[in-house]
Amino acid sequence: MAASCVRSRAALSYRLFLGGRINVACSPVLWKAAAAELQTVSGSQILRLRHTTVVTTKKNLAALRRETYTVDFIKKQIEEFNLGKRHLANMMGEDPETFTQEDIDRAIAYLFPSGLFEKRARPIMKHPEQIFPKQKATQWGEDGRPFHFLFYTGKQSYYSLMHDAYGKLLNLEKHKNELQAKGLFSEEAKTKDLIGSRWLIKEELEEMLVEKLSDQDYAQFIRLLERLLTLQCGATEKEFLQSFRRSVTIQSKKQLIEPVQYDEQGMAFSTSEGKRKSAKAEAVVYEHGSGRIKVNGIDYLLYFPVTQDREQLMFPFHFLDRLGKHDVTCTVSGGGRSAQAGAIRLAMARALCSFVTEEEVEWMRQAGLLTVDPRIRERKKPGQEGARRKFTWKKR
Amino acid sequence: MLKRMTRLISRVHKAKHEEQHEGQHYSLPLQDVKTVLPHGLPPRFVMQMKTFNEACLMVRKPALELLHHLKNTNFDHPAVRYVLYGEKGTGKTLSLCHIIHFCAKQDWLILHIPDGHLWVKNCQDLLQSTYNKQRFDQPLEASVWLKNFKTVNERFLSQIKTQEKYVWNKRESTEKGSLLGEVIEQGITRVRNATDAVGIVLKELKRQSSLGIFHLLVAVDGVNALWGRTTLEREDKSPIAPEELALIYNLRKMVKNDWSGGAIVLTLSQTGSLFKPRKAFLPQELLGKEGFDALDPFIPILVSNYNPKEFESCIQYYLENNWLQHEKAYTEEGKKELLFLSNANPGQLERLCAYL
Repeated sequence: MAASCVRSRAALSYRLFLGGRINVACSPVLWKAAAAELQTVSGSQILRLRHTTVVTTKKNLAALRRETYTVDFIKKQIEEFNLGKRHLANMMGEDPETFTQEDIDRAIAYLFPSGLFEKRARPIMKHPEQIFPKQKATQWGEDGRPFHFLFYTGKQSYYSLMHDAYGKLLNLEKHKNELQAKGLFSEEAKTKDLIGSRWLIKEELEEMLVEKLSDQDYAQFIRLLERLLTLQCGATEKEFLQSFRRSVTIQSKKQLIEPVQYDEQGMAFSTSEGKRKSAKAEAVVYEHGSGRIKVNGIDYLLYFPVTQDREQLMFPFHFLDRLGKHDVTCTVSGGGRSAQAGAIRLAMARALCSFVTEEEVEWMRQAGLLTVDPRIRERKKPGQEGARRKFTWKKR
Repeated sequence: MLKRMTRLISRVHKAKHEEQHEGQHYSLPLQDVKTVLPHGLPPRFVMQMKTFNEACLMVRKPALELLHHLKNTNFDHPAVRYVLYGEKGTGKTLSLCHIIHFCAKQDWLILHIPDGHLWVKNCQDLLQSTYNKQRFDQPLEASVWLKNFKTVNERFLSQIKTQEKYVWNKRESTEKGSLLGEVIEQGITRVRNATDAVGIVLKELKRQSSLGIFHLLVAVDGVNALWGRTTLEREDKSPIAPEELALIYNLRKMVKNDWSGGAIVLTLSQTGSLFKPRKAFLPQELLGKEGFDALDPFIPILVSNYNPKEFESCIQYYLENNWLQHEKAYTEEGKKELLFLSNANPGQLERLCAYL
């Protein structure tokens, strides 16, 4: 029973499976043949299609229509999910009442260890709301008459939202006119609630309304909200507006600054590491020096005969205008020539942070000297010669 | 200030180089360069010469040291060997050319082999030597070298006489007492006998310089080729050792210090060397045990990167000739950048400035 609740992401993709590549025949005869290979688990609709060699040329029109999940179906899924959650908590020896989503994720990762590189392909167990896409219930009654008065616009929730917002705007203006007439109108200072937040993006709005929008619709909506902002709002209006704001996370500006160490002669130096692709480097930057750099005991001119690599090494010092002022000793291993140069550059920049003011550290961060370069060699895919290059296409 | 001084010094006669002139450029008249150094200048320097329309060398400490030694040579003692060694691009070949020019002005006879490595690799035709069946001849290289030798030492060719009779083949022979110029002519016209002509020239010069008629300067660039390996093979693909090449064999005899009346200046070079690691520059590494023993004893002279004064002078020279077009080249930061990127290595600096 517990196993039934564990679904891989394929639960979603199985619809695509049926509609897309594996053109399973629409004729019932072949379905039955394939049914022997289907493994159905009780209660749920997981289908694990094994390799079927059936190929048909007719499109499976029935499967191309969007699968609709009925409300009952979703409710049943939610019940099963909750039950499964409790079973899982029991299995892990935890308290079923206080079993959170993070605990579920950890438990699943423990019980079903997967070596797949794509994180989204690994087994997950989430609330059905997050797995099944939101769909609208039927918009019309038994007599065929739609419930909503804006149904025939096509985008009923969007237009109703615009209608409500404009109604609020008109009310506020009326209120303001009344106050001005009485002379009780007073300018208020702009509220600071909106700092650190942004309007929701088009995709988020679409998700909220369960409706496709165009860019112009979205722009119109945002303009309306901005207009609402300019007027003074009461508490309900503020709540209404806040529901369309999302907070912006400020990137943490705190860099880890290495402490300055002192060696036997009293020279100040600082050590740090850096890496790039598969090269790892460790640099020791001395505070007072004449600009000599030694890599693995060899002078940097001999270690990097290519000018491009030496330019990479020059970048941190040149940026801070400290070209001939520091001595560096570094060790590097792994990677290629360019990767080693990049790794040393990162290590030197991090080490320099300890000799430099906070403002300059911020400048370095903005220049990208302190960020680890995330680019990694792209994997070769089957059916292609390399990561991107395809095999030579022959017409016949 | 440095600007004016670099120009002032160009009028000073080369023999009067003193320590205070260190770091400053002096220009060679182009006519001199054509006669004294037809071969042997590094190709990039030749390009620079063509661009600036003048040949300017910087006076540096290793060259000054060598000049000092040469000025005080005792011509009765056996010839002293000086070996210029250093990292790649530090200026060994140009220092050698400086010395050669100096000696030419002092009326020495110059025996200059521009690059020993040229004789041990990429030889198109190898003939079996007529003189000695074991050895191999290289007619092309020998004839090219003879032509250049003639250009360098025109005036001596009519003064030196051979002391033996040489028979080339059934019909041609050179009598005893004939001019050296004739031997060289024979070598140039009859390409097959060019290698033997070279051998004869070397032998005669060695013998006669001990008599004191003239001073002989043997200058070899890339001397580590004489004791390394070759890339040449016989018809049956077996490798040839350097001793089996007649040119190399005779040159080795020349570089031995069993004669007097001159000096031997050698340069090691990793750039053209065969089967040697890139970072090797010490005499021990590049010459190998055999070469080191053969050259022992010698005076090693290290040629290193520019010191700050020389670097500044070099940048000034480029700026004067309007060679550096970037606006930042005039500023201090620009100079610091160049210093960092080239690490004061003359070769690297020249390559960087070429596209600045």
